[in-house]
Amino acid sequence: MARIRNNYENTWWPRLLRWLEMGSSALDDRLEEEMEETHEGHLLPSAEEIAAQEAQREARIQQKLSDELEMYAHAHQWSRTKGARLADWAYRILAVVICVSIIWVLLQTASHLPSFGSPDNPAHNEVSRRYIEKGMEETGAVNIVAGMILDYRAFDTLGESNVLFVAACSVLILLRMSSDKNHTSSVHQLEIEADDRMYEPKNDLILQRATSMLVPLILVFGVYGLFNGHLSPGGGFSGGAVMGAGMILYLNAFGFKKAQRFFTFPVFKTISACALTFYAVSKAYSFFTGANHLPSFITPGTPGNLFSAGLIPYLNIAVGMVVCCTMYAFYTHFRKGDM
Amino acid sequence: MELWQSIPFACILLPLGSAAITSVLSKRWARYWTMFVLCCLVTLSAVFVVNMQGFSGSYTYMMGHYSAPWGNEIRAGLLEAVTALFFSVIMLLSLMGGMKKIDEHLLSDKQSLYYVMLLLLSAALMAQVYTNDLFTAYVFLEIMTLAACSLIAARNRGRTLVAATRYMIMNLLGSGMFLLGITLLYDLSGHLLMSNIKEAIAHIVTTGQYKMPLTVVIALMSIGLGIKSALFPFHTWVPDAYGYSTPTSSAVLSSLVSKGYIFMLIKIFHRVIGLDVIRSTGILDVLFVFALVGMIMGSVSAIRQNDVRRMIAFSSVAQIGYIFMGMGMGTQAGMAAAIFHIFAHGISKAMLFLSAGGLADASGNHKQFRHLRGSGFRSPIAGVAFTIGALSMVGFPFLSGFTSKLNFATAAMEMSDLSMLLVLLVLIVSTFLNTVYFLKTVITLYRKPLPGVHYPKEKGQRGFCFHAALVLFSVANISLGLFSQSVMDAISHGLAHFG
Repeated sequence: MARIRNNYENTWWPRLLRWLEMGSSALDDRLEEEMEETHEGHLLPSAEEIAAQEAQREARIQQKLSDELEMYAHAHQWSRTKGARLADWAYRILAVVICVSIIWVLLQTASHLPSFGSPDNPAHNEVSRRYIEKGMEETGAVNIVAGMILDYRAFDTLGESNVLFVAACSVLILLRMSSDKNHTSSVHQLEIEADDRMYEPKNDLILQRATSMLVPLILVFGVYGLFNGHLSPGGGFSGGAVMGAGMILYLNAFGFKKAQRFFTFPVFKTISACALTFYAVSKAYSFFTGANHLPSFITPGTPGNLFSAGLIPYLNIAVGMVVCCTMYAFYTHFRKGDM
Repeated sequence: MELWQSIPFACILLPLGSAAITSVLSKRWARYWTMFVLCCLVTLSAVFVVNMQGFSGSYTYMMGHYSAPWGNEIRAGLLEAVTALFFSVIMLLSLMGGMKKIDEHLLSDKQSLYYVMLLLLSAALMAQVYTNDLFTAYVFLEIMTLAACSLIAARNRGRTLVAATRYMIMNLLGSGMFLLGITLLYDLSGHLLMSNIKEAIAHIVTTGQYKMPLTVVIALMSIGLGIKSALFPFHTWVPDAYGYSTPTSSAVLSSLVSKGYIFMLIKIFHRVIGLDVIRSTGILDVLFVFALVGMIMGSVSAIRQNDVRRMIAFSSVAQIGYIFMGMGMGTQAGMAAAIFHIFAHGISKAMLFLSAGGLADASGNHKQFRHLRGSGFRSPIAGVAFTIGALSMVGFPFLSGFTSKLNFATAAMEMSDLSMLLVLLVLIVSTFLNTVYFLKTVITLYRKPLPGVHYPKEKGQRGFCFHAALVLFSVANISLGLFSQSVMDAISHGLAHFG
């Protein structure tokens, strides 16, 4: 005779079934549907529609919250979650143990590396010797770092400047407010504008005077860094960063209105695109002639002159433009979501 | 040097240069321009493969006026050529199939930026495939990570932001480990050029110096790239990242980005460290075990899903397990099988993601199985394409998946008894689990729809590009299955000159 099980729900088979079902609990399903049913992304509806939708959404969120709280309370009785909590503790302890052991292994490794600065290290080989001994003669750059990154290993630097460009584009994709011309701006956007005006500098006289003295100096120093990158310490990355910092200072002192007179989103896009295209095209020419051993019109020139070292000064300017624009774009987009 | 030998250089520089131009174009012109560039890329790669077949071995190409250890250099052989062709074809078809969806999912002023990301991603993939310099590999790996991240976040809605954050955290952890590995390796060998590092490492191994740092370097690089390509215990970012982004992003991420990292790892094993050293460190066994567990666990998680795209995402975890299992065997046949599976899985998975997007569209934008009932009738071409992709995943004869499973089984025959049994057992179990969830989905597609629910019919009509892409994917899948022997020959021939 079959035994009647009162406690069927807690036997292993239903529990296994529940575990298998876990990925698709009822709440999960509903969340999914809500996500899918919301309106199409690129149509900005009118203000009333938005208000109605906001109210609906608010109600739904309240409902969801209370549901979730209920489920949370239900799910967090000790008798029910004993196993999960113990597993959680074990997980934490295991994480600490793993981290500590990785740190220990890495420290051990560091102590087994070739000793720092000793002359017979593997890193002191013919590669660095040629950079140091022949760098100036071959690239025409007095600053051998510029010669290394923009002539010997220009392909890597082309990649690096594209890393900056990709980062700027990612920030634009994430943070840029949409501005469809044929729609009035949405409530959300207006709110953000108002919020932004609250934090705009309120004509701080000291800041503005100091800025109007400092910014020209900073920009001139940045330009100097760009143009003399092949002669003295500096170069595209550092000079561009200095210029970007100067522009951010100007923006902070005088606000978006004034900065927008000379630096807008189209300007940003044009400068970045021109600089990167110039870099890619000129370096493509140089790579192609180099690999095929063709004569090239780019010559190192006389080391020490302003117009020397082949393409390096121009590439420095291009990289500097990209860095400067990227820094400024980062700042404005994190601050306001627009330029 | 002949003109066609400059093709790898053009394949990298063309998308890289045109990406910057794309950012200033309007969305319509950006789309046309991207399609044009990708078509050029496919043509160039095809011409290159044809030329490479008459060329034995591989050659190096100076990127600049300075020869190798001082300047940068790329290196191309038959294996690189075939891989580049597959990657560019998958990229082009994924974009074609998801174009309409991009238009729907993305705000209109962000679309040209999306195309910028796609172009930079293709350039980075090409650079990964062709590079002969470890630091160049890292730079382009970074471009790939960032671009992939914003491909996920581009659809600014729901869980995609969470998914992108999770993706970024895990991937930056992987990049960090890889960078640490490169730094330590440079300290040990004094070189960044792959062939020079290999010489230096051979010297280190013979002298017995720096044994421990070398092991740590190999572990850091393998695990770093393993995290980035969703190897089993590090796969937690996969389902959200693949499940909620726009279909093109999912297809590109699962078929290309993770495969790019794996190709990089294979290159490191062969060209940087040397297969003999790798075998002696035992990292292959670790990867092998992770892969075997992943093959089972990925499929088990896929069975539990209620959402078709999350299911496909978990299936990716299992398939990555197959690839790492092939690598973990440590034999030449295992490596070749792994590379063939990169192609087979790339082609099938991109098609699955795209057609799942189409099927969901024909079902009122729902991705749950109960809503997908009958969607095979509502969107016929997507239904057939999904069926072909699913059968290929399961290992139906005449499709690419069958050949790759056969290759894995054949490669296992060369191993010792215990591991051979283990591999065959796991292959059988995993194939069985694959069959369970994929056939369940296919049957769902052709069941009667839910009673009382009507779906708008015009949503199923996805336009010419979508259907063309799916048809081309199916043709590619079937021909990869039918002509697998010539592809395998090319792979093993290329592998011989890869190190």
